[in-house]
Amino acid sequence: MTTVEERAGAGGPGVSGEVLRGFFREMLLIRRFEEKVEDRFRAGELPGFLHVAIGQEATATGVCAALAREDVIASTHRAHGHAIAKGTPIDRIMAELYGKVEGCSKGYGGSMHLYDIEVGNLGANAVVGGGLPGIVGAALAFQMRDEKRVAVAFFGDGATNTGSFHESLNLGQLWKVPAIFCLENNGWAESTPASQQLPLPVDELGKRALSYGMKLIEADGQDVEAVYLATLGAREHALSGKGPVLLHLRTHRLTGHFVGDAQVYRDKDALKLEWETKDPIKLLGARLEISDDEFAAIDAEVTAEVDASVEFAKAGTDPAPEDALKYVYA
Amino acid sequence: MPELTYREAVRDALARALRDDDRVFIMGEDIAEMGGSMAVTQGLLDEFGPGRVRNTPISEMAILGSGIGAAIQGMRPIVEIMYEDFLTISMEQLVNQAAKHRTMSGGQVSVPLTIRTQGGAGWSPGAQHAQQLEAWFVHVPGLKVVFASTPEDVRGLLWSAIYDDNPVVFFEHRTLYPIKGEVPEELEPIPLGKARVHREGTDVTVVATGRLVHDALKAAEEAEKDGISVEVVDPRTLLPLDEETILGSVKKTTRCVTAHEAVTRGGFGSELAAVIQHGAFDWLDAPIERVGAKFAPLAFAPGMEQWVVPHADDVLAAIRRTVARS
Repeated sequence: MTTVEERAGAGGPGVSGEVLRGFFREMLLIRRFEEKVEDRFRAGELPGFLHVAIGQEATATGVCAALAREDVIASTHRAHGHAIAKGTPIDRIMAELYGKVEGCSKGYGGSMHLYDIEVGNLGANAVVGGGLPGIVGAALAFQMRDEKRVAVAFFGDGATNTGSFHESLNLGQLWKVPAIFCLENNGWAESTPASQQLPLPVDELGKRALSYGMKLIEADGQDVEAVYLATLGAREHALSGKGPVLLHLRTHRLTGHFVGDAQVYRDKDALKLEWETKDPIKLLGARLEISDDEFAAIDAEVTAEVDASVEFAKAGTDPAPEDALKYVYA
Repeated sequence: MPELTYREAVRDALARALRDDDRVFIMGEDIAEMGGSMAVTQGLLDEFGPGRVRNTPISEMAILGSGIGAAIQGMRPIVEIMYEDFLTISMEQLVNQAAKHRTMSGGQVSVPLTIRTQGGAGWSPGAQHAQQLEAWFVHVPGLKVVFASTPEDVRGLLWSAIYDDNPVVFFEHRTLYPIKGEVPEELEPIPLGKARVHREGTDVTVVATGRLVHDALKAAEEAEKDGISVEVVDPRTLLPLDEETILGSVKKTTRCVTAHEAVTRGGFGSELAAVIQHGAFDWLDAPIERVGAKFAPLAFAPGMEQWVVPHADDVLAAIRRTVARS
C-alpha cells in the first residue's frame, strides 16, 4: 500500500501573518455575505431556498487559496463560500441570488448553481455527489493534454454514501488523474447525524480513501492555515502523476441545513459549545491577536462590500421570461 | 460505393474522428481489447492506443459523468453505455448534469458529449438487455436523441453527433449491426434534425424508427400488392424532430402509422401522434395508428418475446386499419 496518512499543518512550513490576515478578511467576508443572505431571505427578497456554510469558511478559503487560477472546482449546494474564494466578485454572486441578468449564472442558476468559468468554477450542484464524476473528467482532459492543472470536487460526508462518490474515486485513482476530492466533513447529512449515516466514526471517514489505494491527506477544517497547507500538498501530489488525493477536512456547520431550519434534531448545548470552540474566524482572530479596533475596521470594510452587493443586485436587470429558452442548446 | 455493415459504419465514423481530431476519445466497458460487447470498436485500440480507447470499470455514472467533465474542458468524448438498459444507472449524470449545465450556467459551458448505446429484442436477451428507452430522453430539454437505422445513416449521423456541441444520446439497434448497405466513399455528415423519406407513397405515411424502419419497408411492399401506396419516413433524429418533413408527408397521404419497437404507451409514437394531429388535423382521414410493443417487461422465451414486440405484420395490419377508415 503506497497510501500514507499524514496530517498537514503540524510541523509544516508555516504561513506568514500577512497571508493569514488575508484569509481572515476573506473568511469574514464570506460570513457577512452569508448572514446578509439569511437576512434578505427572511425579508422575502430572495426566491428559492438557500444553504449557508457558516462555520465552514476556513475550508473554502484555505482550499481555494492553494489553487491556481486555471485550476477548476465543482461545488455543492452550500456554495457561496467556494464561489467567493475561487474569485467571483460578490456583486455577481448576490445578483445571482436575486435572479438577475448580472448574476454569475445570469439568473439561470441560483444559489445551488453558481458558475463562473472565467475563474474556474464549473458550477455548484444541487445533487449530492453530482459534481464528482465531472471532476474526474475535467482532470482526465488536463492529463490527456499534459496541462499542469488540477480539478477539485467539494462535497460533504453525506456524499460519501452515494454511488457517484465511489465510482469517481475508483475511476480517478485507476487513471491517476490530477484531481482532489475535498471532503468537507461536517458530520451532518442535512438533519441526519453521522451516527445514523456513517458506519465509520465521523473523524475516521478519510479511511474510505484506503480502499481505492488513494492518497489521504487530513487537516482540521477549522484551521485555515492547516487547510491551506494540506491543499498545497494535495495539489502537488495530484500533479505528480500518482493519482488524486482525498483531502479530508473535519469541519463544523454552525447553522441549519437550510436557511430557516429550526434544527430540532440538534442538541442545543452541543451547538453552543461548537460556536464557542469551533468558529474558524474566532480561532484565527485569537491566534493572530487581532485587536477589537482592527476587527472593527475589517468588519466595517467587508460589511460595506456586502451591503454594496445587495444594492448592486437590487439594481440589476430581471431576465426576460422568454429568455428561459435561450441556452437549452449550444 | 463501398458496402459496409451497420457495425462497420459505426466503427468507421469512430476511427475517422479519432484519426482526425486529438480531442476525440472513446471510453466504455470492454471496448478496448475485446472490441466492445457488440464488436463495434474492434481494432481501434491497436490503431489509437489505450489513452484514446479506454476500457472503464463497470461504473456507468462515472463513465458518463467523466465524459461530461472532459467535454466541458474542450474534449469531444464518445462514451459507450453497453446496453441502453444501463443508461438507467447513469441517469443522474445524463439528465441532471449533461442536459442542464448549459442552461444552469447561463450559457457559459457546453457539453459536446456523444453517448453511444444499443439495445433491442429479437435474440432473447431478457428484460434487462433489450429495452428501447429512447422516448425517455426526448422528454429532457438539453439532450439530442438520434436513432439510426441504416449503415449510411448511422455513420453520417454519428459524425454529426460527435461534432454537435450538445450531449447527444445515440441509439443503435442490436439486430441491425450485421445488415449491409452502401455508404459513400467519403464520409458525408448527415445533419441532426433531418428525416429521411425511404419510400414515397400516396395513401399512408408510416413514421418508423430503428428496426421498425425495415419492418415498415417490408409492410409497405406487402401493402403495395393490395394497391395501397405507403410512404416510409424515418425521423432519424428524434430530438430535435423534423416536423416539416413528417407533416408534409402526412398532409400528402392523409393517414399515418407510427412504428417503433419500444412499448406503445408513452413511446415516441405518442409524441409523433400529438405533433401530427396538431399540425395536420384538417388533413387527416383516419385516426393515427401507433405500433409498438405490448406493455410488459420483455419475457425470455422466444415465443413470448416475439409476440410482445412488433413486426412487419403489425405495421401492415395498422396500415390496413387506417385505409379501412375511409
